[in-house]
Amino acid sequence: MQILGNLSPELWESLWLTLRLAFVVMLLLLAVSIPLAYWLSRSKWRGAVVLETLVSLPIVLPPTVIGFYLLMLFSPQRPLGAFWLKLTGETLTFSFEGLVVGSVIYSLPYAVQPILSAFKSVNRELIDVALTLGATRAQSFWRVMLPLSARGLGVGAILGFAHTLGEFGVVVMLGGSIPGKTKVASIALYDEAQKLNYDTAHAFALILLLLSFVMLLAMTLVQRKISQDR
Amino acid sequence: MTRKHLLCLLLTACIFPSFALSQTTETLSLAAASDLVYCLEELNAEFQNAHPAIALKTSVGSSGNFFAQIQNGAPFDIFLSADVKYPQELIKAGLADSSSLTLYAIGRIVLWTINPDLDLTRGLQILRDARVKKLAIANPAHAPYGRAAQAALEHHQMWAELQKKIVLGENIAQTAQFVETGNVDAGIVALALPLSPKLKNTGKFFEIPETSYPRLEQAAVLTKKGKNNPAAKAYLQFLRSDKARSIFDRYGFRLPK
Repeated sequence: MQILGNLSPELWESLWLTLRLAFVVMLLLLAVSIPLAYWLSRSKWRGAVVLETLVSLPIVLPPTVIGFYLLMLFSPQRPLGAFWLKLTGETLTFSFEGLVVGSVIYSLPYAVQPILSAFKSVNRELIDVALTLGATRAQSFWRVMLPLSARGLGVGAILGFAHTLGEFGVVVMLGGSIPGKTKVASIALYDEAQKLNYDTAHAFALILLLLSFVMLLAMTLVQRKISQDR
Repeated sequence: MTRKHLLCLLLTACIFPSFALSQTTETLSLAAASDLVYCLEELNAEFQNAHPAIALKTSVGSSGNFFAQIQNGAPFDIFLSADVKYPQELIKAGLADSSSLTLYAIGRIVLWTINPDLDLTRGLQILRDARVKKLAIANPAHAPYGRAAQAALEHHQMWAELQKKIVLGENIAQTAQFVETGNVDAGIVALALPLSPKLKNTGKFFEIPETSYPRLEQAAVLTKKGKNNPAAKAYLQFLRSDKARSIFDRYGFRLPK
């Protein structure tokens, strides 16, 4: 633990900020992904394929592309940025909220995909049984569909969280490296490496490595449990 | 030619692009501080006029970034820093040639905005105005222009007060981009940027008095790799030429003696 002694309060702040960001993003991802995945899993509309592709786009898109578009979109010179500025008195760029928006877009496919496949694999007959037994659509969703998809939800949440931890390109484009607001751990690591503070950079790299490992380990355990249960 | 041959050729071209594309004899890898980003286009064009056979490869970024990269073996021949300290440190570490250290320009900083409502005749005091919500400077941790901006704000006893407004650009070019896109209300950037053909009709600037920050002496140096590259030596010599000096002059740099 000697290595952690090298971290100044400001660097602890950026770690805490990263965790906060990842957590908020994870909650929002669940809120967006569940209805979205549900709709995608049921939709017979042809355009749904296009939407599903759009949702998956951030998997292959360079993060700087997302960062660039958001930087343009968030500018107070444009309608969206101006609206936000009027609403909150703050610009969306260089703010925690701006990073949240960017991260939700950036991590969306990682949350949607596992949830979508979980929904798709739920046996339709179980839903039908619930319906014939007098359950409403909403009840069948909350009491049958969601519990049966719990592991997919877990995997989606963990992946969304972990992927946000690793964000760099989007934050570089619209963060502005503000301590406590937008200077997340991956940026702090970059800054420290540039300052040739390799000790601090090492500490950060190690913490992020361990965090990522624990995340993926948790996810693998959840997934194994699924295959054992079947 | 069979398909197999074509594939082989394509592979070779990918792995050894220099064989496939050009027959130029010498290449020159140049790392330059990002205050030079536009100025360098003219410098390089002028240099290529005189040396058409040299293939120039230019990278632009923060001086501190290149300093760290060269320390870790980046294959640049010549390094145009935005200060003297980084080249000197490279010399001390045995990674650059001490006899090649060349002062090529002295930088100046300006307060720049695209908001027509901000009255820049008030100088830096305008930054206290409530309409200035965000101020961009380059990251002082690795950009000399960021350090100059910090020094100027400290000189006017505004550094602590403005902390909440400050946004850090990765380098001075990104800082200018924050201003140009309107994402910040004002920024402290190199004079060379708003004077460039690309940005000269964008917004307005106030020249920060040169007495309020340490002189931004910018030096170039040949790396260990570039020491034996005649093209790199030629470039260094070119930086001292009248042609190069007149370009620096047009971009608002002061000229060293």
